[in-house]
Amino acid sequence: MQYLLLIYENEQNNAKMSKADGDKVMQEYFAFTKDIQDKKNYVAGEALQPIATATTVRVRDGKTVTTDGPFAETREQLGGYYLVEAKDLDEARSIAARIPAARTGSIEVRPVVKFT
Amino acid sequence: MSIAQEINRVFRDERQHALATLIRVVGDWDVAEEALQEAFEAAVVQWPEAGVPDQPRAWLIRTARNKAVDRVRRQAWLEEKRAGLLAEAEPGDEPAYDPERPDDTAENEGCDDDIDDRLRLLFTCCHPALAPEAQIALTLRTLCGLSTEEIARAFLTPAATMAQRLVRAKAKIRGAGIPYRVPPREEWNERLQAVLAIVYLVFTEGYAATSGDALVRRELTAEAIRLARLLAQLLPGVEVLGLLALLLLTEARRDARATASGDVILLEDQDQTKWDRAQIDEGLVLVDRALRSGPPGPYVLQAAIAAVHAHAPRSDGTDWRQIVALYDRLYAIVPTPVVALNRAVAVAMCDGPAAALPLLDELVASRELREYHLLPAARADLLRRLGQTREAAAAYREALALVGNEPERRFLARRLAALEG
Repeated sequence: MQYLLLIYENEQNNAKMSKADGDKVMQEYFAFTKDIQDKKNYVAGEALQPIATATTVRVRDGKTVTTDGPFAETREQLGGYYLVEAKDLDEARSIAARIPAARTGSIEVRPVVKFT
Repeated sequence: MSIAQEINRVFRDERQHALATLIRVVGDWDVAEEALQEAFEAAVVQWPEAGVPDQPRAWLIRTARNKAVDRVRRQAWLEEKRAGLLAEAEPGDEPAYDPERPDDTAENEGCDDDIDDRLRLLFTCCHPALAPEAQIALTLRTLCGLSTEEIARAFLTPAATMAQRLVRAKAKIRGAGIPYRVPPREEWNERLQAVLAIVYLVFTEGYAATSGDALVRRELTAEAIRLARLLAQLLPGVEVLGLLALLLLTEARRDARATASGDVILLEDQDQTKWDRAQIDEGLVLVDRALRSGPPGPYVLQAAIAAVHAHAPRSDGTDWRQIVALYDRLYAIVPTPVVALNRAVAVAMCDGPAAALPLLDELVASRELREYHLLPAARADLLRRLGQTREAAAAYREALALVGNEPERRFLARRLAALEG
């Protein structure tokens, strides 16, 4: 089964990290990504640019409305994702728990729809 | 026993285990349940003629599995027709299954271990990805076999809401891929805690005076005890034994704790001849075993406290000092205000109300229990015993403003009236 792991963190808290701590976290991400690639769980994954670069597009009554910012203001913001292959939710949970952001933020685990 | 009675007995005894195995074998909760129902119906028709099989559970599982296979095959065939594809094989090509085939290993199909399927079912019902109210509903429905209406009544919820809750829970299991298994050992600590908590919640729902109708309440406590027994049989650990002991020792007092008109009878005033001796004896043995098996957790300690109460020949023979000591140990593991409150009440029995009052005042100051009627009720009782009538009356009024159930409200009102009378 495929699961999308959505990484939510409070950006402001992250911004307060020192460069040394920030580098350390990057190393943890590299190590984590390599590990799930080796274990054949990794399908895709990206970090996203900060929420300040977000734009929201809605089409209502045929009109396209573009606004600055995320779709909603939230305490934690979407910062990245991993798409993984896992045999069940428990395996997906255990992968999610090893994402560095899980310690300070929240990882939403969403099963992907299989269209046949 | 007539054949009808015997068939009913078999269904009652084997339903839980058969369903648990079928869910594993069939891989779909709803199909498993429906197929088992069809197997029961087949048994009602066939067994009076052919006799009850030697291994009725195996018969039920095989028959149900075949019906599930037929159903799934029929569905697949229909799906293919709808998609415009011709089915490669006509339905009915495969050889018919013979439910009486003696070497059928339906129970062990796809299984290379001896894990009781009921454990798989229990752990899955209590999976952390399900909301707690969904965990309870699913456990009561699938493991305990309560109807949706009975569960709804027990939790004072509309039946339609409860039905939806169950549908969503099963959809979550299916959609999110919650595995049907006993979790690996590394996760047992956390997962077993959840299972024990659910069993305990089922029990307290049944035991509390606030829940639905009386018949369902008794069924809930009985089911909780049955689940605890199943756990003790399949996964005997210190806390599992502790929980079973606690439930038995508590349930033993059921008939003594209220008058015929439903009024509260305090522990110290209870007619101990109405206590269920068999449940107490069993509970005491279990507490003993648990205490000797390893460091006690919260359930064992609570059971030990209940055991001290059960040992008292009359209520003023209670060893309150030991109870305080047990609460000290409980508070060390579970430092909650409710535990602190219960401990303070025991301290009052041990060292007198004046010693305990400061402890209660501390709890009042912390404001954590400001919605909990038992805190002012306890204060009121201590103040009453100290002869501080005016303050006691004020505290009883505070408690009355917060109390949620009728029997306790009447009790507090009587105490207040006695002070003012």
